[in-house]
This record gives sequence, structure tokens and C-alpha cells, in this order.
Amino acid sequence: MAEIDENLAQREAIEVDRSKGDFKYEESYAFDAGIGLSAGVVDYISKVKAEEPWIREFRQKALKIFDGLPMPTHWATTDLDNIKFENIRYYLAKGQKAVRTWEEVPDDVKKTFERLGIPESERKFLAGVEAQFDSEAVYSRMKEELEKLGVIFCGPTEGLRDHPEIFRKWFGKVIPAGDNKFAALNSAVFSGGSFIYIPKGVKVAQPLQAYFRINAENFGQFERTLIIADEGSEVTYMEGCTAPKFETATLHSAVVELVALKGAKIQYVTVQNWSANVFNLVTKRGVAEEGAEVRWIDCNIGSRLTMKYPGVVLRGKGARGEVLSIALANDGQHQDTGAKMIHAADDTTSNIIAKSISVGSGRSTYRGLVHIPKTLKNCRNNTECDALLINEHSRTDTYPAISVRGQKNSVQHEASVSKVSAEQIFYMMQRGLSEGEAMSLAVNGFVNDLVKEFPMEYSVELKRLIELQMEGSVG
Amino acid sequence: MPDSLVIKNLNASIGERPILKDFCLTVPKGEVHAIMGPNGTGKSTLSKVLAGHPDYTVQSGSALLDGEEILGLEPDVVARAGLFLAFQYPSEIPGVTIANFIRAAIVARQAKGTPFDAKAYYAELYAKMDALKMDRKFTARFVNEGFSGGEKKRCEILQLMMLKPKYAVLDETDSGLDIDALRIVSEGVNRMRGPDTGFLVITHYQRLLEYIVPDRVHIMWDGRIVHSGGKELALELEAKGYDWVKTELASA
Ligand SMILES: Nc1ncnc2c1ncn2[C@@H]1O[C@H](COP(=O)(O)OP(=O)(O)OP(=O)(O)O)[C@@H](O)[C@H]1O
Ligand SMILES: [Mg+2]
Repeated sequence: MAEIDENLAQREAIEVDRSKGDFKYEESYAFDAGIGLSAGVVDYISKVKAEEPWIREFRQKALKIFDGLPMPTHWATTDLDNIKFENIRYYLAKGQKAVRTWEEVPDDVKKTFERLGIPESERKFLAGVEAQFDSEAVYSRMKEELEKLGVIFCGPTEGLRDHPEIFRKWFGKVIPAGDNKFAALNSAVFSGGSFIYIPKGVKVAQPLQAYFRINAENFGQFERTLIIADEGSEVTYMEGCTAPKFETATLHSAVVELVALKGAKIQYVTVQNWSANVFNLVTKRGVAEEGAEVRWIDCNIGSRLTMKYPGVVLRGKGARGEVLSIALANDGQHQDTGAKMIHAADDTTSNIIAKSISVGSGRSTYRGLVHIPKTLKNCRNNTECDALLINEHSRTDTYPAISVRGQKNSVQHEASVSKVSAEQIFYMMQRGLSEGEAMSLAVNGFVNDLVKEFPMEYSVELKRLIELQMEGSVG
Repeated sequence: MPDSLVIKNLNASIGERPILKDFCLTVPKGEVHAIMGPNGTGKSTLSKVLAGHPDYTVQSGSALLDGEEILGLEPDVVARAGLFLAFQYPSEIPGVTIANFIRAAIVARQAKGTPFDAKAYYAELYAKMDALKMDRKFTARFVNEGFSGGEKKRCEILQLMMLKPKYAVLDETDSGLDIDALRIVSEGVNRMRGPDTGFLVITHYQRLLEYIVPDRVHIMWDGRIVHSGGKELALELEAKGYDWVKTELASA
């Protein structure tokens, strides 16, 4: 275990590339759990966070589950076998407490977030921001009026310590540690993320945002998010993610649990732009009680391998679940994404629209699960999977597992695969567009109808990210 | 010749098969030249080779646009150098509206960072659509998707009018147009005629050339121009067909 050393010399080495997230300032860390995973590492994390014994036990139990579970390589991809858990650093932080003004954020970290445009977005359109740098949030702030209304927006450490009556009830319940190997890993070493509570009837008009930044190489980021929207409340939460380009693999493995109580609405928006060496293995699930709505908007751009299947358990009568997802697999990348809809009450409806784009040797896979048991009635699901292939080497697969029983339920499933042909590219280039511009126009055209559903600020960002990706993919 | 499109001894093939054979043609700015010729003689091939289509191989020859070689350049570079091709079979671009497409093409021609004047753009776009009797609702439709044959051709001419190239190759723009549309589209082209633009009009029918009156008419046969003349040559072809060309070639 590394000693706590705050006096490391500060070096500033800036590596810049075109893509916005790809730069890095050298950092020193006050807290470092060292390299590799063990019971000792888990205890170190728990200790620096001064956690209560039940959390420490929860972590240790999860570690045992993790050790006992096999890699899910049999159904996904053998690339997972390339993750060397013993080479990863599980906890790196500059401090334990997020500050409330950007002025207090250490200069180098602040510079990073300024380049990513976070303070600017906060001023423009956000109700609250949390900025996480490697393992811990360095900045966290919410508008005062929301605080007065009783909205809670903090990290898991503070959430479990200061508001156990609210968060403990749901923590690890939507996604138990044993859900899958990576959920177990997160449960053992989680740090950072957001714990949010929206009181009854409170409708938060502007989004709350978290920004997850990986800065260190050979590092694993394991944030944990739990959002509870009490009866009749509404909230939109957005997360952004970036990391610089690394030579070696880096791991991002989050767990996100959403709870929408009676009549509540949660919209969760992700725009990730991971660099090409990040394994992104995330478990996301929401519970929707009676008349409630959970909506995942999930944009997966970049990463080496993403495996992510946001789900909704429709537990109350009339609940609604939705997943709108866009995945872009560029050369050498694999986006294994999808959605799960578990209908567990009458009159529940779910909607899945998944669009994937595969470029060059990129590969995208849609993996879906829709479950409606026989005992239910008036349940509906609509699933649409559209894939766009740019050039011959790219690949797409669709595995829509739909188990719908009973006469009184309905499903509708549509899938399409289309190609951007060489003739289309030539046609656009004949009008003066470069190959990259032509491809991004075609891709933006493909995702356009879905992007219209997104909050405006995010559709602009997404469009720009697609342009960057397409420019980069032209040889 | 600086103010011309000069094609000299152009040999091009698709795969192993030669299509253009020592093709020569000069189109000076300000003139309209028509190419007529039987199916499969290489008219569309010529237009695509000029535009830099990757499927064709150029063995030898040159094509100078105002003195600059365009063979071997990327298609977008040729386009921005001032060559526009109205396609015989325009591609569909799903999800991309006409307005956004033409806008992107204009932006691609501007220096990076030039602010885009959206108001002026739409004013011009609407004016040109009105001239082509295109419903303004078309701006929101996806490029060529679900268009009728005639609508596609009109959309090509709209792009031509918006992009104002130095040289335009119109590949069978008249096919698929009804009689009224033929007149409207021709008027659009005629309005663009002037000292700054040269046209190469590929057609099978004399009718188009009644509206867009050419300065020169060329007959293409087996990959090259075999006969050139004034506008009356088109009338002659219409009356006699291509057989006499064959006979003439055989005796030559
Ligand atoms: N991509 C291709 N693959 C194979 N053959 C081709 C290809 N493109 C053109 N050809 C062949 O080249 C020859 C010339 O074709 P081209 O389209 O240039 O003729 P054209 O003069 O435009 O005919 P039309 O009057 O019917 O439009 C034809 O025999 C055609 O089949
Ligand atoms: Mg042709």
C-alpha cells in the first residue's frame, strides 16, 4: 500500500490530441491503494472513507462474490480475459472532500475540467454539478433553492453516512452485489458517484450533472450512483465521461441504481467518450413503481469494449420504462450494448430504441431482454434496433431475447441493418464534403430522429463527438 | 487554356475493361456542349472519371480545369475546384435533409471559421426552389429519399444552382422529367449560363437541346468522340439514329 505522501513534486506534462478528452496533466495523489486487488485494498478504501462496519462488510462480501464468479466471456467476448485485475490501481484520490467552489479546486484539476467545459455548462444550464477525478469528487455543488427544498446531491460516502435512513434502504437492492462479476467488483471497491434524493412532489427543472474523469493509467474507476425520486417528483441526471489515451488498459466499472417511487420520473442521460483503451463495464438498472417512469438515454462512443444493458424493472401498475441508446463502434472497438425490460405489474409499457454504428473493423452488438410473464395483462413493449455499417469489415449482431407470455400482452419488434455505401459517400464528396464530413453527415442522419428526444445541450455535444470520431476514422 | 475544361487522350477502365479510349474534348467557359451517344458508350463513365470516382482506373491522359489537373484528386477536392456532376442516378442519403446537405456543401467551400449566414442562405434556397417550382417543404425532406425520378433531377439542379460551379456535367438530367419539368429545369440551367460557367450536357434526346441550346454537339461512340458539330447535329441524329455513324466509322 502506498504511503500517504502529499509532497510529490508537481510535474506538468500536457499531451494534447484533437479529441477533446485526450489530454492529461501529471498528478500526484494523497491517497493511493496501490496496485492489485485484495481484502487489504478493500479495507484501505473503507478506512480512508471512515465507513461504518456494515459497509465494510458489504464490501468484503462483494469481494468474495467477485472472486467466485467466472468472467462472462462465454456469451460476450474473450477480450474481457485481457483485463489484468492484478495490474490495476483501485483507489486514487487527491483528497476526501469535494469543495463547493471552483476556486477551491486545485489548479491542475480545475484546468482539466475547464478544458472539458464543465464550469461553463454549470453556469449555463445545470442545477447542480459533481466533478469526479479518478476515485473521488473534487467539486460538488447544487443550487441553494434545491437544497432548501430538501434535494440531496452528494457522493456515496456522504450519502450513507449522513442520510442512512434514505439511502441504506435501497443501496445494493436494485443491483445486488451478486448480479454479475463487475457489479460485485464495484460493490467491493466503489468510490465516488452520486447519491441523489428528490423529495415528494419536487420537480427539478434543470439537470443535475456528474462528470467522470479518469486521469491515471492502469486505473479502475468504480463510481456508484443511487438516485431516489420520491413520489411525484422529477429529475434529469446527466453523466459525461472522458479519459486521455493510454497505452495500457484502464477499467471503468460503475453501478447505477435508480428508484422512481409512485408517479415519479427519472431521466438518466449518459454521453461517454472513452478513449480506445478503456474497458467500460457498467451495470445500470432502475425500478419504477406505480405510474412511475424511468428513462435511460445512453450514448456510448469510444472505449475498447463497452458492455452495458440499462434496465428497468416495472414493478408498479402503469409504470413506464424506456431505453434510447446510440452506440458507435469505431475501428477496433466493440460496443456490446442493449436494454432489459422486466415487466412485473399490469398495464406497464416499455420502449427500446437502439441504434448502432459500426465503422471499419468496429463491432456492435445489441443484446436485449424483454420479459412479460403470463400472469400479467395489458403490458406492451416496443423494440427497435437499427444498425448502420460503414464499409464492409464492420460487423453487427442482434440478440433480442423477448419472452412474452399470456394473451393480453403485446410486443412489437423491428430490426434493420443499413449500410453507408461507397456510392453515397462519393455522392456527398462530389458536393465538396470530405470523406469524414460525408460519413458524419450520414451517421448524424441515421441517429437524428433519436437525438431529437435528447436534451438540447447533449444533442449538440453528441453531434460534435460523432464528427470527431468520423474524422479520426478516415485513413 | 486557362478558361476551359480540357480533356486530352483520356484512357480509363473499370477493372480490366477499357471504357474511355483516347477521349478528347474541350469545353470553354461560357459554352454549352452536348454529348450524345448510344447506351454503354461511356458517357456516365466520363463524368465519374472526371469527378474522381474510386472505381475507375485512369491509365493515361489529362483533364485540366482552368489549367489545373483534376485527375487523381479526391472527389471532394475536384468538387471544390469547381466541377459539379448532376448524377444520372442520384444517391439517397437517409436522415439528412436537403437544407442541411446543401448547407454542409456550402460550408465545406468556405474558409474554416467563416460564420454562416443562415438567413441569407434560406432566402437564396427558397428563391431557387421557387424558380424550380419545388415545394418549400422539400427542404425538410431527406436527400432523394422517396423522391420520384423527376424530383431527384430537380434536386440535382437545385444543388447545381446553389453551389455555382465553374463547370457542370449534367448526366441525362432530362430522363424522368415530364414536359413541364423539362422546361422548368432547362430554364434553371439557362439562367446559369454565362461567361463564368461551362456545361457538358449528356442526353439521348434532342428535345432537351431545344430548351438548352448547345454551342456544340458531340457524338460519343465506344469511348471517344467520333463526330462534332453545331446544334443541328442533334436534329440529324434524331432523324437518322446512330446507324450512319457506324457506317461512317467503318468506312473511315
Ligand atoms: N461499375 C461498373 N462495373 C462494371 N461495368 C461498368 C461499370 N460502370 C460502367 N460499366 C460498363 O461500362 C460501359 C459504359 O457505361 P456508361 O454508364 O459509362 O455508359 P453510358 O454511355 O452512360 O450509357 P447510358 O446511355 O445507358 O447511360 C457499360 O458497358 C457499362 O456496363
Ligand atoms: Mg449513362
